[in-house]
Amino acid sequence: MSAPSSPLGSVARWGLNLFAVGVMIYLFLPIFWIVGFSFNEPKGKFNFVWQNATLDNWREPFKDEALTDALLTSLKIASFSTLIATVLGSLIAIGLARYSFKGNAFLDFVLVLPLTTPEIVIGSSLATLFLDQSVTRGFSTVVIAHVMFQISFVALTVRARVRGFDWTLEQAAQDLGASPMRTFWKVTFPLILPGILAASLLSFALSLDDFIITLFNAGSVSTFPLFVNASFKNSFSPQINVLATIVLLASVALMASGTLVSRAKSRRSTR
Amino acid sequence: MTISEPTLDPDTSRNESTVPARRSFDPERLGLGLLLLAGALLVVVGTGIVTGVLATLALALTLGTVVALIGAAILGGPEVRRKIAPYGLLKPGMLWLALFYLAPLVTLLRNSLSTLPSRFAVKADFDWNFGNYSTAFTDFGGQFQRGFGYAAVATVLTILLGYPLAYVIAFRGGKYRGLLLGLIIIPFFTSYLIRTIAWQSLLADTGPIPNVLNDLGFRPILNALGIMDGDKILNTPAAVIGGLTYNFLPFMALPIYVSLEKINLTLVDAAKDLYSGSVRAFFKVIFPLSLPGVFAGTLLTFIPASGDFVNQQYLGNPNTSVIGQSIQNQFLVQNNLPVASAMSFVLMMIITVFVIIYSRFFGTDDLA
Repeated sequence: MSAPSSPLGSVARWGLNLFAVGVMIYLFLPIFWIVGFSFNEPKGKFNFVWQNATLDNWREPFKDEALTDALLTSLKIASFSTLIATVLGSLIAIGLARYSFKGNAFLDFVLVLPLTTPEIVIGSSLATLFLDQSVTRGFSTVVIAHVMFQISFVALTVRARVRGFDWTLEQAAQDLGASPMRTFWKVTFPLILPGILAASLLSFALSLDDFIITLFNAGSVSTFPLFVNASFKNSFSPQINVLATIVLLASVALMASGTLVSRAKSRRSTR
Repeated sequence: MTISEPTLDPDTSRNESTVPARRSFDPERLGLGLLLLAGALLVVVGTGIVTGVLATLALALTLGTVVALIGAAILGGPEVRRKIAPYGLLKPGMLWLALFYLAPLVTLLRNSLSTLPSRFAVKADFDWNFGNYSTAFTDFGGQFQRGFGYAAVATVLTILLGYPLAYVIAFRGGKYRGLLLGLIIIPFFTSYLIRTIAWQSLLADTGPIPNVLNDLGFRPILNALGIMDGDKILNTPAAVIGGLTYNFLPFMALPIYVSLEKINLTLVDAAKDLYSGSVRAFFKVIFPLSLPGVFAGTLLTFIPASGDFVNQQYLGNPNTSVIGQSIQNQFLVQNNLPVASAMSFVLMMIITVFVIIYSRFFGTDDLA
């Protein structure tokens, strides 16, 4: 864009930049609170009022056993559901992006529906299904519920990533004598893998953080968000802040390494 | 509803008249038919419309559709295989959605028309009891209004905050665009609940934000605007809306960024030459081109916000209760499944009508 033509324009430019910085600070305010209070030494059961700085909470991040168990349960649920949803969702994405076929508009519509349904409707409707069929709600019903909303998410994300994919490459491989199977694993799969990995990482995060749908279908199982919700009334330990910070750091590290790897790859391929 | 156009295969001729007459069956029709049949069977079994022997039969038939598809692929030539391949790829995921998305909506509808035989019964009996819907509207009308009202205000606020943010990153971020985008996402890698609880502490009467606002002398203005209630922010509608705005801001900022990033900047320069003025150039060129992002962001923000109850639970008071909370309370605490189901179903119908009207005008292409 060209340089500002008037002093007024310059003020407007800086005003807008400042506003954006303000919005960024707004986005990070609660994060500062969460990380900051992981270094607090609370009086009593609730870590809501600042007392003294301490490193004790970080020395014993897993001191709160029930909390640690809840986080492990969440990680287990997210692993199972992401694995299933990534396979099912990627197959759908390949089918939709690779082929033109009868009924694809309708099937596409069905796929978008879960994303345009409020979580509370998904959670409560699934719970009525399990109640009607006398299925005890617990670990597996939570996995089922998470897979359900992850499928659409994975399918649409992967499809968006493979939309620009050059499918004639497959034709070329087969013309050179590769079998369809070999073509898929040697040509198609490596090219769409980054999109699949990115989608599965994000859907893992969705599962880990899900509260509303899980609340309706967890039965007696406690996940990290469910435990935190209950803690608000019983006792809010600083370990909650510590574990939340660890999850945050791990996610940022994963995201950063993913970006760096793909950047290095694209640099290598353009050379 | 406009849904993204499929990638056209150059060698696939979809023109019916060119299909040779000697082929007695259309593999695509077979694939689609088997997929829809299997989905319908799973809905019927999942909802318990058929039980016992019939259910077993239906399940066997579902399995049969899978076998038939595989059989057709083996017996048919490469052309047939290519035509039914997409149905095979879509089938597992679509059947999962049939059983765990569509079937639950049917059981939800049935429960909403049922009556609990006794106060402590877990299962309700289906008897076309439309009374649940009148209870939903008469007892929880205010909750519906507040739920949608808060969501609407929060959606407008996310546009007001998210658009300038996306604009600055897209047009002034330079080589740091990726990093700045990452910064928008990072806060959302901490738990939704903990972030909302953090706001609870930040906005609490003795918390930092009301103190700072008081010290800076903003209190009279904020009181006049109805944002602060005396020296309180927490437990007011403003706090609930603020929490919603915060939690859904990235869902607005990211789609707007995506559509801004696509804009060809030479267009803007051309516009400036023609209209002579950045402001006019913005409203004549950039803003119209970024509207798909705003529309996608609106859906991604308004829909989840209208059913949300976490922000209300932590930042509101009993007078600000919203529909999501009433559904949760009736379902899980009061154990009043029929009324909870009726409210849930109404919520979904209102959202569906909204989405259909909305996408008629703007399309859903940029949702993903």
